[in-house]
Amino acid sequence: MRPIYRNLAGLIAFLGVWEAAVRLGLINDQYVPPASVVLTRTVELLGQEDFLRDVIASMLAWAIAMLAAIGIAVPAGLLLGSLPGLRTATTAIVEFLRPIPSVALIPLAILVIGGGPESKIALAIYASVWPILYNTIYAFTEIDPLLIDTARSCGAKRGRVLASVALPHAAPFVFTGIRMSAAVALILVVSTEFIAGASTGIGRFILDATSGGGRMDLVLAGTIVAGLLGYLVNDGLERLGGRLFRWHAATTTEAV
Amino acid sequence: MATMLEVNGLNHRYGSGESEHVAVRDLTFTVETGQLACIVGPSGCGKSTLLRCISGLIRPSDGEVRLHGDEVDGVPEDLAVVFQDYSRSLFPWLSVRQNVEFPLRWKKLSRAERRERAVEALEWVGLPGVGNKYPWQLSGGMQQRVSIARALARRPALLLMDEPFASVDAQTRFELEDLLRTVQVKHGSTILLVTHDIDESVYLGDRVLVLSKSPASIVADLPVELPAERDQIATRASSAFVSMRSEVAKLLHGSGTAGPVTAEGAPAAEDAPEAEQARADLTEADAAEQANTAGEPASKPH
Repeated sequence: MRPIYRNLAGLIAFLGVWEAAVRLGLINDQYVPPASVVLTRTVELLGQEDFLRDVIASMLAWAIAMLAAIGIAVPAGLLLGSLPGLRTATTAIVEFLRPIPSVALIPLAILVIGGGPESKIALAIYASVWPILYNTIYAFTEIDPLLIDTARSCGAKRGRVLASVALPHAAPFVFTGIRMSAAVALILVVSTEFIAGASTGIGRFILDATSGGGRMDLVLAGTIVAGLLGYLVNDGLERLGGRLFRWHAATTTEAV
Repeated sequence: MATMLEVNGLNHRYGSGESEHVAVRDLTFTVETGQLACIVGPSGCGKSTLLRCISGLIRPSDGEVRLHGDEVDGVPEDLAVVFQDYSRSLFPWLSVRQNVEFPLRWKKLSRAERRERAVEALEWVGLPGVGNKYPWQLSGGMQQRVSIARALARRPALLLMDEPFASVDAQTRFELEDLLRTVQVKHGSTILLVTHDIDESVYLGDRVLVLSKSPASIVADLPVELPAERDQIATRASSAFVSMRSEVAKLLHGSGTAGPVTAEGAPAAEDAPEAEQARADLTEADAAEQANTAGEPASKPH
């Protein structure tokens, strides 16, 4: 329990500094309203149906994108991971595409796909494929040859080694990739809503608050909600991973 | 006694041309049914390669391996292997019982039969009631017992063991050595055990095969003339044990022919340091061998 209090202490200190800096006039309250005001707005927003609709729209796009990304990246990673020849052949293209910031592709997506929800979903899928793909491939290169020898000496043929050793071994790595992708996908969804001017979503809400008279309190409140969602998703996945892959935490020393 | 394992003119080379490395050269020997044979050999002599050829994990460059008359081509159904590094050889995502059941997954057995066999095998190795734990929750010695149980659950005609007790502490090693002999006598198992430890080979074996430096070939094939019932203290102190140990040590040092056993006349105390030295040399060198051949970390000191 103690680390939780310590984490909270950090948060409360941050909010205190924010509040004080604004109240003392160090920061213009036109641009950054005090923490107390922003937090009050946040709580108010969470009670508003329109805003909740925006949240649901963003989260739905996020969930669809995550499912699609998992559906694409896990099989692709398994294929590339288990066939070194194919992996080598695709390294150049993967290494070229991977470092491109996905946000930079938003204008292209809007032109090609349009401003509807398809755009944000497609971009979120694209961005979240990479961490999952990478972690899945990595899991295969990390596998201990002695485990494979053990399985083979137990009578497992190639396909069975893949199913009974490589897959369970890869699962925690894949899960780590999914956890990383979850944050990336959320960023892409909200950014695309904001830049493309989507009809609904948290990004759209922030866009409206910015253009409609510069309601910075609402902009920041929307931002806090987006951050809160990201935090909850990550925390939930972390707990789930810890429960599912207890053996992995117990047998690896390096932090994942 | 019927012959369980026949190794005929076995050769194994890694690489080709300039970089060719001969790991095993022209090895021929047999292991009789119900025998516990120990292979002891010096650094990088290709013991692990030999075991991998026999187990069908790799195909030898030349020669043949026959298990109860059938040529080995791929891993045989009724063969099991216990590796040195239990922590890397047990599946961490499976419980102890599931690990022991692993080799039975593809056999035509019902779920209940598989479970029954696993529970039984765990009892044989003195680990009843830990089936629901995970390997990483157990001590090193217990983990190696699980590996042995897994091998026994397969009901192998031949059990191969690659330095099985090299990674546990001395006390645990004694316990596991005695356990292995007990299990072997009780089930009449045929076991081929590879070790770098002269004392262990003599204490455990019905027979000791001494290998030369790389490429491995057989220098001597010695029957162990010790009573079937062995005792860690009494057996190791007996003159038969001490003289045999020094004989094996001399063979391993490559000081030439087996010759008449000089230890017969010499007091045991004089031979002991030599044997100890040989053991220390081998331990060091063997770690280097493993680091070389398998790219794995050197074995833990013991």
